Amino acid sequence: MADARTPGLPDILRDAGLYALVAFGLCIPIIAYRTDAGPTGLELTPRWKLVAAFCAAIFALRVVQRLILARRDARRALTPSPAQATEAVQGEPDAGQRVSKLGLYAFLGVALTLPVIATTASGGLGPARYWIDLGILILTYVMLGWGLNIVVGLAGLLDLGYVAFYAVGAYCYALLSTTFGLSFWICLPLAGLFAAAWGMVLGFPVLRLRGDYLAIVTLAFGEIIRLVLINWTDLTGGAAGISSIPRATFFGIPFTADETGFAARFGLEFDSMHRVVFLYYLILGLALLTNLATLRLRRMPIGRAWEALREDEIACRSLGIDTTTTKLTAFALGAAFAGFAGSFFSVRQGFISPESFTFLESAIILAIVVLGGMGSQVGVAIAAVAMVGGPELLRNLGFLSAVFGEGFDPNEYRLLLFGLAMVAMMVWRPRGLISVRVPSVSLGERRAISGAHVSEGHG
Amino acid sequence: MTVLTPANPKTAEKIAVGREAVLSVAHLTMRFGGLTAVNDLSFEAKAGDITALIGPNGAGKTTVFNCITGFYKPTEGMLRLAHADGTVHLLERLPNFAVNRTARVARTFQNIRLFPGMTVLENLLVAQHKPLMRASGFTVLGLLGLAGYRSAERAAIEKAKAWLDRIGLMERADDPAGALPYGAQRRLEIARAMCTDPVLLCLDEPAAGLNPRESAELNALLRHIRDAHDTSVLLIEHDMSVVMQISDHVVVLDYGCKIADGTPDEIRSDPKVIAAYLGVEDEEVERVEAEVGIGHGEAGA
Amino acid sequence: MSVAGINVLVEETRARQAAAAAPLLAVRDVSTYYGSVAALRGVDLDVGEGEIVTLIGANGAGKSTLMMTIFGAPQARTGSILYAGQDITRLPTHAIARLGLAQSPEGRRVFPRMSVFENLQMGASLHGGRYFAEDLERVCTLFPRLKERLQQRAGTMSGGEQQMLAIGRALMSRPRLLLLDEPSLGLAPLVVKGIFDAIRDLNRRDGMTIFLVEQNAYHALKLAHRGYVLVNGRVTMSGTGRQLLDDPAVKSAYLEGGHGAAAGA
Repeated sequence: MADARTPGLPDILRDAGLYALVAFGLCIPIIAYRTDAGPTGLELTPRWKLVAAFCAAIFALRVVQRLILARRDARRALTPSPAQATEAVQGEPDAGQRVSKLGLYAFLGVALTLPVIATTASGGLGPARYWIDLGILILTYVMLGWGLNIVVGLAGLLDLGYVAFYAVGAYCYALLSTTFGLSFWICLPLAGLFAAAWGMVLGFPVLRLRGDYLAIVTLAFGEIIRLVLINWTDLTGGAAGISSIPRATFFGIPFTADETGFAARFGLEFDSMHRVVFLYYLILGLALLTNLATLRLRRMPIGRAWEALREDEIACRSLGIDTTTTKLTAFALGAAFAGFAGSFFSVRQGFISPESFTFLESAIILAIVVLGGMGSQVGVAIAAVAMVGGPELLRNLGFLSAVFGEGFDPNEYRLLLFGLAMVAMMVWRPRGLISVRVPSVSLGERRAISGAHVSEGHG
Repeated sequence: MTVLTPANPKTAEKIAVGREAVLSVAHLTMRFGGLTAVNDLSFEAKAGDITALIGPNGAGKTTVFNCITGFYKPTEGMLRLAHADGTVHLLERLPNFAVNRTARVARTFQNIRLFPGMTVLENLLVAQHKPLMRASGFTVLGLLGLAGYRSAERAAIEKAKAWLDRIGLMERADDPAGALPYGAQRRLEIARAMCTDPVLLCLDEPAAGLNPRESAELNALLRHIRDAHDTSVLLIEHDMSVVMQISDHVVVLDYGCKIADGTPDEIRSDPKVIAAYLGVEDEEVERVEAEVGIGHGEAGA
Repeated sequence: MSVAGINVLVEETRARQAAAAAPLLAVRDVSTYYGSVAALRGVDLDVGEGEIVTLIGANGAGKSTLMMTIFGAPQARTGSILYAGQDITRLPTHAIARLGLAQSPEGRRVFPRMSVFENLQMGASLHGGRYFAEDLERVCTLFPRLKERLQQRAGTMSGGEQQMLAIGRALMSRPRLLLLDEPSLGLAPLVVKGIFDAIRDLNRRDGMTIFLVEQNAYHALKLAHRGYVLVNGRVTMSGTGRQLLDDPAVKSAYLEGGHGAAAGA
């Protein structure tokens, strides 16, 4: 009974015909007539051939799509994932899902030696600047992704306003250092504390919300912070932002050319790149600190409580876990790491303005967490490299202008590609790059848990 | 039935004779809008007993559970829980996580609520949140990797292992809870509740979906809990082979009101209970049962 | 010979006749997989027109999977399923439902935000509500509890009441073949009796064919014309309900409260 397996051809043709009809309807106002300014006003040039071509193309594409889908659906129906099991079948438990640490080591190795690699590859510190800067940018997002991972990946609370805490950290350092002259190393923990406090402030009102409602309120919170930064001109300098923020020092030693500077003290020849390399290792250190703390926390009762909260909040409460404080700590800790990252951002840029903290930033960070696989540290790192490093690649695709003609700037299509990549990911790997969950403790060999069992949280 | 005066729990303690009541429910009423789910219900669960709460579907049994375990705030009434050392907790005044944390009442759910993506072992460790949290110095000390937390975690794992052994899931300790068969999930949920060291364990239909053999294993587990731990059990159940065999005391609810209260034998022959809930075994059934040599409700065997 | 004995004889004869004719539902060598785990391994099973067939087995043996496989979600990887002579192995679930199969799935699955009445309407939608009043009457007689709660939202009812609703909804579609997955789950003894009586009535009076999965193996087998035992995704035994009831292996594995097990534990 092959007919039962695939939908009949008449079905497909009828469906495709319908698509062509809709396309035709849409074409009439948009394509069917071209308007030109003629001597007597607008002149209409009919373009029915073009319309016909469009409809035919849509018809053909739909037929092809249906045929491919029919085959795929048939295949999928035959191999449902274990998640679709209506009962726990007595088969072999998921075997062979060893936890791969290779990715982690590779990432760490490249991250630690990037300045050296870049310098040797591009023949000098100066030319390597582009790569090291890119490394700093990527690591900032890795850190932000890991911070948000605590809230979204572990505790399962969807936060669309994460960038607000990043902004709080950045402004915290900028204001404290410009007004009170506090050094970076004092401001860094303060920025974290401040952001954590704001995390709590956000946490309290939204504790009762779940899912979509939580997402909307956090989104609004992010926007409120940005608008306050724009409008509170006396404190924040408004849209103009804060400039001439003191640069980072090597634990008190400035990176200057004079004799008290870093180069002179350590007997090196002055190079402005010293500061950049130092910043690189600074953000690497901060990111690794975030990672280490998260990994440690996952093995602690609080970390388990977060994950349990994501799995089933009601069960948590029945076990005596105070879900209010548990959620608040998740918000506060996630925010603290964003605060650290924010103060790093402002010490690196030397200039900040509300422009840098738009919703798009929140969306990118969230996308990193979701693409990486919620809760997976390595996945987040890979996703950050892809999401932040990917667009940089576009700049170097000069050959594309040969194909699409002069004046084609692939960078302009950044967001389009971004969106396409997201859609593709959600189709092929709906649970992110690394969808398995590694248990926090085990009696025997530690085996990863298939993402099919893991909940994504409801708010 | 001793009715306790809410104003003076001390007098109430004096009134109670013989074995103390671990849970006293007095004049409990729960209304949802116009619907009265529980109406002026009073009963007691004695310490060290297995008390069963039975009744037709929709009689308000789960609502009573939700009131006891703090998921609902009762419209009226008092829920008094006494510990062995004499401390008394008024459950209706506690926020719901504190019903477990301070009053030490644990529960399971009708539609099992495990943490499906966490391993069996992790499920049991989450239940030991309170002692572990304290040992980890509320995370701060534990983050620094102090020895105190590590030994506490080892102790928690040992306790979890003891329960895994008891419920026969040691082999599957590292598998996700969501991958366990139904019967094993039921047992795990009970073990998880027991890991919180409860004074009172509330089980909502623990035998639902279990076959007769698994029900018998459940009976053994519940008897062990009653006898070897300082835990009293309150359970809702429709499987009479469980209720009649293991409970010391049965309370019957219909339309939110108590219609009977007594030992399993008294309940079985109570005409009101038979009419509203048990029904009459028709003759043919009994005859075939005799022929086949097995019994459906062969209780008290 | 007693009346009951004659009844048993009559039922056995009927079962034999049914098996001789082409069965209404024929499951042939069906294997179903979740990922790489086989849940069913070459299951063969017949349900004749007008029969009650019971499937028993331990938790996780694959009983629910078989129910779901008949309904096309998941589909069988190998083998075939024939319903009234038509191959339905690769049909989508909704198309199978249109052929006159109805199911009361495990886990209730009522529409929680719709009222009881609306839930029942959804069940009747297959016939455009032609027999709605009549069928509603029947369901309400069977479950007086539902009648009291027609306007209540289904999600706010107790677990047992939702179970009644799930069965009622399946009945509203006037199925030719009714699949019931643990209909007695979470129901009071009196209601359980009512349900088993109703199943018998539906079968005898309306000639409805019923395929039943039950933990309450004793009652289910007593009711059934024929039964199958499923172990680890394989059918290990089959026979008339009576034969299975009398079988010592079935008795010890699925019927007895296992006093031996209790003592040993």
